[in-house]
Amino acid sequence: MNEPMPLQSTSSTPVIALDSVTKTYQMGEVAVHALRGVSLTVQRGEYVAIIGASGSGKSTLMNIIGLLDRPTHGSYRIRGQEVSRLSKSAQADIRNREIGFVFQRFNLLPRTSAQAQVELPLFYAGVTGAKAKRRAVEALTRVGLAQRLDHRPDQLSGGQQQRVAIARALVTQPSLLLADEPTGALDSKTTAEILDLFDALHAQGLTLVVVTHEHAVAARAARVITISDGTVVSDASTRQKEE
Amino acid sequence: MRIMRYLGVALSNIGVNKLRSLLTMLGIIIGVAAVLTTLGIANGAANSITADIQQQGTNLLEVSDARGVGGSRLTTADARILGDRTEFPHFVGVAPAYSGNTTLVRNGVDVEARVQGVTGAYLTVSTIEVASGRFLNAADETHGARVAVLGSDLASDLFGAAEPLGQEVRIGGDLFTVVGVLKTSGGSRFFSNDTTAYVPLTIAQTRLFAAPFYRGERLVSSISIKVDDAYPLEQAEQDVEAALRLLHGLKLGDDNDFSIFNQASLLDLAAGVSTTLSVLLGGIGAISLLVGGIGIMNIMLVTVTERTNEIGLRRALGAHDRDILVQFLAEALVLCLLGGVIGVGLSFGIGALLSAIPAFPITIAIDATAVILALLVSSAAAILFGLYPALRATRLDPVEALRYE
Repeated sequence: MNEPMPLQSTSSTPVIALDSVTKTYQMGEVAVHALRGVSLTVQRGEYVAIIGASGSGKSTLMNIIGLLDRPTHGSYRIRGQEVSRLSKSAQADIRNREIGFVFQRFNLLPRTSAQAQVELPLFYAGVTGAKAKRRAVEALTRVGLAQRLDHRPDQLSGGQQQRVAIARALVTQPSLLLADEPTGALDSKTTAEILDLFDALHAQGLTLVVVTHEHAVAARAARVITISDGTVVSDASTRQKEE
Repeated sequence: MRIMRYLGVALSNIGVNKLRSLLTMLGIIIGVAAVLTTLGIANGAANSITADIQQQGTNLLEVSDARGVGGSRLTTADARILGDRTEFPHFVGVAPAYSGNTTLVRNGVDVEARVQGVTGAYLTVSTIEVASGRFLNAADETHGARVAVLGSDLASDLFGAAEPLGQEVRIGGDLFTVVGVLKTSGGSRFFSNDTTAYVPLTIAQTRLFAAPFYRGERLVSSISIKVDDAYPLEQAEQDVEAALRLLHGLKLGDDNDFSIFNQASLLDLAAGVSTTLSVLLGGIGAISLLVGGIGIMNIMLVTVTERTNEIGLRRALGAHDRDILVQFLAEALVLCLLGGVIGVGLSFGIGALLSAIPAFPITIAIDATAVILALLVSSAAAILFGLYPALRATRLDPVEALRYE
């Protein structure tokens, strides 16, 4: 798996497609319906924001999209392949290859250089040595940190740390960048920088899904999906940029 | 080479928390060092005993009385008959001895010492060597000469730097002329020749210690017999037993009134004791490694909890169960092996330190097999005690783990 193998390279195949996805948690006697039938598709090259208040089900949706959790019912396809019923191990491979995660708290390893952080997903993909190094340097250059390869998290600002995390998400050349409150731990100036970076990556053709509760952040996306009480209440293009 | 990466990651994680890692390893370090050092001492002691015995030769029999002083029936006559070469052609040396402790006086210096009455044959059955002068001979015996040969330490105690040869020393009530001084033996540490004085057997039996009689012959305390190399020692032992039973008039069914001591059986005994000791110490070592292993398990459980968030992240980045398992197992393995290696180093250090003490009588011999075994056992302990925490790490739910603060 040196280069990600396209599952179905037809341009019309959506990157992700959820159909009637439900998620029910059993809390003792009470069944909590976190998702009550969500259907949505994201096409290649789209920049989508998923917005909702806390408790709306957006975190559950994000976990299902990121293959960290399984739907109770419904189908979930990534590039045409049904993935919701795959084994734990097969899901780990798809996460590694198809999805790049960006978290609110960056989730960098302590006392580890930026370059080593970015090499980590490659290690799980079986890519090591000079090749891993070259790709890590490329990804860090893409987020503007070519001069910070050897810096550890405690030597980087919050914005720089999030850039390292974005480089780590990009290094396996995933189909989808999945960001969970990516600016939640940043000040407004740094937030703008990160959102500018997202715009730039989108312009380069990357598919982005940003989960947030901040309207200002969601407003940067071309399409905003609003989740409330476990269902999609609105799905609208904010700008008429799409073809 | 993936495993090398895991080991590298493990090593850097251990390095992050140096003090805690060291304290965790302490159980293994102390366990390994204690076992190797004690095994080394046991080994060294066994080697030293074996060397002593082999130095004296293993084709030796020593006959002594079985009844203690007073009841003894071992006499000069027994020694004379056993020493008859026509009767016992394979006995190349038969040396009766009668010994006791008494005071030696020289120019107001008096020394309490062991005095052995022996014949010239004693030279053939023991490891002693003459440094200057001569040893006792048959003429001394027949003439009842009052001559003495001194062990090296005894000679310097009595004469200091002065030349002892030809000088007189008072032993018991009589004056003896020193005719020889022995080399420092350094051999047997349990019974030193260096502080012993040797005088003719008859003189010891009569003038010095007044040995009792049995059937008109003076008693001896022991008879040492050197058997020629070609003759089986067991056979020689049976020959001696048969002859002495006949001489002492023992009937069928009577117990022997003497005992025969065989150097070869002493060697077997030494080897047996050494094996028993090794098993015992190995057992204690296993227990200490068990305790050390539990310490490792405890810390690994803490580590897994502390790094829950990291485990969640690794999951999100595509780590399989196997990757998480191997990562934490590798960490336990590195902790245990590092502890084991430090323990081995420590045991060699202690060994060198103890050997540097002049009064310490044993050269510590740490076995390569014991070292390898210790390292293997610590690795096994790592796998055993690291498995449960590592399995716990793989069972963490990634969503929960990522949310964990």
